[in-house]
Order: sequence, then structure tokens, then C-alpha cells
Amino acid sequence: MVYLTRKAEFSASHYYHNPSFTPEENARVFGKCNNPNGHGHNYTLEVTVKGAVDPRSGFVVDLKQLKEIMSREVLDALDHRFLNKEVPEFLTRIPTTENIAIAIWQRLAPKLKSAQLHRVRVYETPDLFVDFYGEA
Amino acid sequence: MKAYLTRRYMFSASHRLHSEQLSAEENNITYGKCNNPYGHGHNYSLELTVSGPVDEQTGMVCNLADLDGFVREQILERYDHQNLNLLPEFAHEVPTTENLCISIYDIVKRGFRAAHLERVRIEETMMNAFEYAGQET
Repeated sequence: MVYLTRKAEFSASHYYHNPSFTPEENARVFGKCNNPNGHGHNYTLEVTVKGAVDPRSGFVVDLKQLKEIMSREVLDALDHRFLNKEVPEFLTRIPTTENIAIAIWQRLAPKLKSAQLHRVRVYETPDLFVDFYGEA
Repeated sequence: MKAYLTRRYMFSASHRLHSEQLSAEENNITYGKCNNPYGHGHNYSLELTVSGPVDEQTGMVCNLADLDGFVREQILERYDHQNLNLLPEFAHEVPTTENLCISIYDIVKRGFRAAHLERVRIEETMMNAFEYAGQET
């Protein structure tokens, strides 16, 4: 089994708000992130896939295909978007880094054929990242 | 859905690597420049990884403000701009980054209840890093 990681960047805005909380609860739990006008980050995405090395190509996965899938399924949907308003998952879920990692996993997992998705890592800033391994 | 959140913090501290159980010559051989009696310092980069189910109400493994507050009070105030050799945990232990990882792991494990501590990782310099994930069971 060999693991391959492909990196990508996207920039997006978001804010944290739970409609079932009172305004005071939202302010207390989410702090500055509750500003309804949103704020933004330069996100770094690392997608790790695993698989056996194909004896003919020497590849775990065709990197060009992986790049295309990541661009189509993730970057086209998230890059330069207001996540809360423009990305279907986040109309009902709060676009925290945790939920962004889960949404990216759910977008990518069914599209990968030759290799298996191992980990989605999303950096919100260089000092904060979330890993999701598809665990229930 | 279980996710893993990693947060990075910085602190600067001095230390001297010197073991009471070794002779002066052995200390010199073992620790080299790090045995300089006046000590020396590093900018440490600390990474804490915590895990747990993503809370449906908040979308979070744990509230980052709680983790940051805990680390500020219990870790950064304790270690930042300190001489590690003078702290009680290093009175009889050598303040290597290995032992620093274990000390920080123990403080977080004991005091932080909002998520499960997975791992402590410390970069002493850009060239070396140490990890501790608790005792193997």
C-alpha cells in the first residue's frame, strides 16, 4: 500500500451561526466568527489516497485525473465563494473546518476509482487544520 | 462523524541538557553543545491534535476558544520565556523535547475535557520534531 498526497488551495468566506441558538448563544459560542457579513481564509487542502502501485504505470493513481476530480468537485464549488450562501452542504450545516473536511470527503470519495480516499486535511490557517478519515 | 483537529502554538524557552546520572565527561559526550552550563534556547512549535465527534449544533470537535484558553493558561504561561531546567518537572528529568512532549501531554490529558487528546508534537527547530501519543496499551 502506498499513500499519495495532492495539495490544492482555495479561498472562501464564511461565518458561523446556528439558527436554533439565540443571538446571545451564537455570540458566545462562535465569537468573532458569528459576524453575519462573513470573513475569509486561504484554505489549503491535502487529499491523501492509498492503493497498490499499478505494475504497468508505476502509479497509485493517475495524478492528472486526481487533480481534475479535485478541481471539478471541490475547487470549482468552493473557491472564491461565500460558503454559507453558495455551497449546498452549508445551507444547513455550519461551514466549520470540520464540516468543510467532511463535505470534501463526501464529494471526492464516490468519484475516485482506482485509488481509495485515505484522508482529507483542510488547513484554515497555517496554525489550524482538521483531518477526516471517513470515520462515522 | 469523527474528526481530528490540530492547533499550532509557539513558545520560546531555554534549557540545558545535563543528566545527574552521568559524569561530567559522559554529559559532554552525550549532549555536546547542548550541555553548555549557561543553557541555550529555542522557538518551540507545539501542535496539539484532539479528536471527537463533530457536534451537530456547533460543527466543531471542540470550541477552539476553550482549547486556546486552556493552552494559554496551562501551557504557554508555564513554559513561554522560561528556563525549563528550573521548572519542577525538570528538577530531576532532562528537559529534552521528548520529555517536554510527555509533560505537555500529561497536563492536557489531565485538564482538558472538551475533546480527546490524540497527540502532542513539538518542533524544537525546523529540522527536528518529536511526537508523543500516550503510553501504548
